[in-house]
Amino acid sequence: MSKKENKNITAEAIEEKEYSILNLGPTHPATHGIFQNVLTMDGEIIHDAEPTIGYIHRAFEKLAERRPYNQITTLTDRLNYCSSPINNMGWEMTVEKLIGAEIPKRVEYMRVIIMELARIADHIVCNSVIGVDTGAMTGFLYVFQLREKIYEIYESICGARLTTNIGRIGGFEREWSKDTWDKIHAFIPEFKKGLKEFANLLERNRIFMERTIDCGPISAERALSYSFTGPNLRAAGVDYDVRVASPYCSYQDFDFKIPVGSQGDTYDRFMVRQEEMWQSISIIEQAIKNMPKDGPFHADLPEFYLPPKEEVYNNMEALIYHFKIVMGETTVPKGEVYHCVEGGNGELGFYLVSDGGRTPFRLHFRRPCFIYYQAYPEMIKGRMLSDAILTMSSMNVIAGELDA
Amino acid sequence: MSSEEIFTLVENKLKAQFEGSVESAELLYDFPVFTVNKEKIHEVLAFLRNDPELNFHFLTDLTGIQTADEKHLGVIYHLHNMPKNIRIRVKTFFPMAHPEIPTATDLWLGANWMERETYDFFGIRFKGHPNLKRILNMDGMDYYPLRKEYPLEDQTREDKNDKMFGR
Repeated sequence: MSKKENKNITAEAIEEKEYSILNLGPTHPATHGIFQNVLTMDGEIIHDAEPTIGYIHRAFEKLAERRPYNQITTLTDRLNYCSSPINNMGWEMTVEKLIGAEIPKRVEYMRVIIMELARIADHIVCNSVIGVDTGAMTGFLYVFQLREKIYEIYESICGARLTTNIGRIGGFEREWSKDTWDKIHAFIPEFKKGLKEFANLLERNRIFMERTIDCGPISAERALSYSFTGPNLRAAGVDYDVRVASPYCSYQDFDFKIPVGSQGDTYDRFMVRQEEMWQSISIIEQAIKNMPKDGPFHADLPEFYLPPKEEVYNNMEALIYHFKIVMGETTVPKGEVYHCVEGGNGELGFYLVSDGGRTPFRLHFRRPCFIYYQAYPEMIKGRMLSDAILTMSSMNVIAGELDA
Repeated sequence: MSSEEIFTLVENKLKAQFEGSVESAELLYDFPVFTVNKEKIHEVLAFLRNDPELNFHFLTDLTGIQTADEKHLGVIYHLHNMPKNIRIRVKTFFPMAHPEIPTATDLWLGANWMERETYDFFGIRFKGHPNLKRILNMDGMDYYPLRKEYPLEDQTREDKNDKMFGR
């Protein structure tokens, strides 16, 4: 809804105006996660907003300073829990960069499949929740079945669904089973059908369009100044995607488009995510088609990859590696690296400083949510309360990533 | 541009503009890293942002660090020039006794919360910041948890025997 201003009110009258304070959150059914916003309201219009964050802060950066490298993967799960495989693999690639590991092509393609599935799972939640917040529950129920299928694929690879801890430094913990491949092959046509249905429900729906166009917009200049990344920046019209700007994990081999918006409003953010899901599914198809048929499922990094049990019992070297990995006594070289991946919400960066010990000296997560959520007050000022809810869900602010 | 070319370009420009303030320049894992004197940090950042050729218009990340000797604190900036797709890292260090540094919020709006987070965890005061208070931790906290002098676990615990593995 557009900004409504009464031109007849003089400046003095505004001075004397009394505002009411509304506490939106910390727990509120309309905010998906724990967010508190102290809103200064002028009737239904938001005059000012003050976000309070940190309700689920878990001190990951401090915890990481005491954990061996392979145990930090589980911390990254809990950042953006809608797309934890991207976080896991981003972290694994950071360590691989630090130790200078060479990763086989097949592993990279397997990772691409999982990361794109995770991106779909992330965007599907965000977009269907935008629908729910505009009052359209049906689409949400349709596509959540599809998200369930993605979780089943994770489950058959690593045994977990939400906090996946998928993969290891250097590759995967085991070869993918036939069941996994069957599930992936079955998922692609099913997803295309489901997403088409979902798109038909909302994309050109007049009620939905009127509700979301010009709701919580941000210009490209402001978005860049606020260090926006990911779909929110692209919706404002900047074609920055880490997968293209600094390709990692063989993304240069794939042919895909970066969708951009123009207004940076809720509708654009929704449409950018919709198109990204189509691009993701095309990347998955390309990866399956061009993947090397045979080859290892992990790099040759014995100090990070648990040897098979038969070898542990019969081979001295394997026993030593097994012991060192389990006890977390693997040492890595000194150095500092910054590695970033295109997470569900934008550039997810890992700044890792190693002093050569068993744990990182310092690890900083560049969390896209934390950085762009600071623009939220600006985006909702002068707008209706119901638009604030919609703006928040379309920005896809994930509490776990926000608070780390 | 290769990382060496970026490195030479930025190094030459910085050294020409700020003689003596660039304490070190190195390539770490193909990433150009510059350590700048604290007194000049704001001018250096403004130069990197406004110079038409360098044009580091995007602040990717801002975070703090404590040196291993526990005597200095540092702030680390990751800057990005999107059109040319080049990135650099700028660091500055200062003694723990006076952890004060000018804010970057006048250059990038996004620095606001990143600096608040750094203040929250390291106690680095950003001079000129519009709203410098804790962000993730509670307001009443009287220490800065990411400094190395605050160990993760309660050191008075006696129920754990870590003699074997030196933890």
